[in-house]
Amino acid sequence: MTIKSLQKRESDLANTNRQLDILSNGIFKSGELPTFKDKISETNQFPLTPKKLEILQINLGYMCNQVCEHCHVDAGPDRKEIMTRETMLQCLAVIENTGAHTLDLTGGAPEMNPDFKWFVHEASKAGIKDFIVRSNLTIIRANKKYYDLPDFFKEHNVHVISSMPHYTRGKTDKQRGSGVFDKSVKALQELNERGYGRPGSNLRLDLVYNPSGAYLPGDQDALEKDFKKALKEDFDIDFHNLFAITNLPIARFLDYLIASENYEDYMHSLVEAYNPAAVSSVMCTNTISISWDGWLYDCDFNQMLDLKVASKVQHISEYNEDLLNDRTIRTSQHCYGCTAGSGSSCQGSVA
Amino acid sequence: MQKTYYDPADLKKFGKISEWNQELGDKFFDYYSTVFEEGALSAREKSLIALAVAHTEQCPYCIDAYTKDGLQRGITKEEMMEALHVGAAIKSGATLVHGVQMMNKVNKLEM
Repeated sequence: MTIKSLQKRESDLANTNRQLDILSNGIFKSGELPTFKDKISETNQFPLTPKKLEILQINLGYMCNQVCEHCHVDAGPDRKEIMTRETMLQCLAVIENTGAHTLDLTGGAPEMNPDFKWFVHEASKAGIKDFIVRSNLTIIRANKKYYDLPDFFKEHNVHVISSMPHYTRGKTDKQRGSGVFDKSVKALQELNERGYGRPGSNLRLDLVYNPSGAYLPGDQDALEKDFKKALKEDFDIDFHNLFAITNLPIARFLDYLIASENYEDYMHSLVEAYNPAAVSSVMCTNTISISWDGWLYDCDFNQMLDLKVASKVQHISEYNEDLLNDRTIRTSQHCYGCTAGSGSSCQGSVA
Repeated sequence: MQKTYYDPADLKKFGKISEWNQELGDKFFDYYSTVFEEGALSAREKSLIALAVAHTEQCPYCIDAYTKDGLQRGITKEEMMEALHVGAAIKSGATLVHGVQMMNKVNKLEM
């Protein structure tokens, strides 16, 4: 079955206010479950405030060659939002003066932005040493014009973080689409050939695991062990670390939870797994997320809910790090996704 | 009083059994969590054993819990079903092996 974005389907949930309504009402309004604000207040952690800014996470656009069932971005080939060179220039001006040391490029498929390579070149010139590209892997095999991506990544010492929901074909293709597993394996082998992911290599290749359904990820270390063993034995693939990321109840994953009547149970699971120790290390405390059109957010999830930073400065064109560091972080019930169990961030577990 | 013997919501209340006997409840849950830790067997293997036993015990709470636990550990549905067949084979084998007793009895009683 071909999935379309919520926007293309003209789904009720394409409206972010509708998503926020769902997250604020029902079991949270009735008191059946505590709100995130009440929960973190129990340990005097409300309001959440930023620590030292370390990562600028830039979303280069919502266009993607895949349409994953769980996508929190609601990305896909039918999404046309793409960062322009003009906005990239504004980002570069910020990069030259920022205290952040890492540039984390995401999407959609960030490589599909026609100025992707130009932007990496320029950011490199502006002094960024630590690049992360969140690659869906299949893009490397999607079209001839992307075949040189592994070499390009190597040339700029890009840290590649790739989605790989499972080491079996069945589970991977179910979540990400038919044929995704075989293409991902081929892409990983190509990265390995260039030295990516090999033991002791400086070319970092990490995988992201997120559950293919209404359940939380298991122990990150145990999953990493299983992935490493299976991918090595079956395909001679090496990678460095596995990041287990919890699916947050927004966009297409929220749509799935509601349609499959799993929403309430899933929210119960998230709240039951709440770990106060994870709160202090959630990624919104060291990251600023920038959307394709230059708006600033506490994280990529808030970006997808259009919860702009609570600051006088809300756009890259007026970026001011001191003012931004003075803000409080906007939260709602989706934030339970980052504080469940060992916590969850774009870098995996945090506690 | 509820009208059915099993309510899925009751699984979440399992911990409440300690309220009526804290000492034994604590001992049980402590034992339970220790059993499932990584040991000579991996936690993953123990989860599959638990899933098979959940079925042979026909415990709906345990089936819910260990199906979800398996998914969280990345266990595939093929592995889960194979584990169940182990349980089913032992259950059916346990039935059939008593057939020897039946045969012994018949052989003793019949002329």
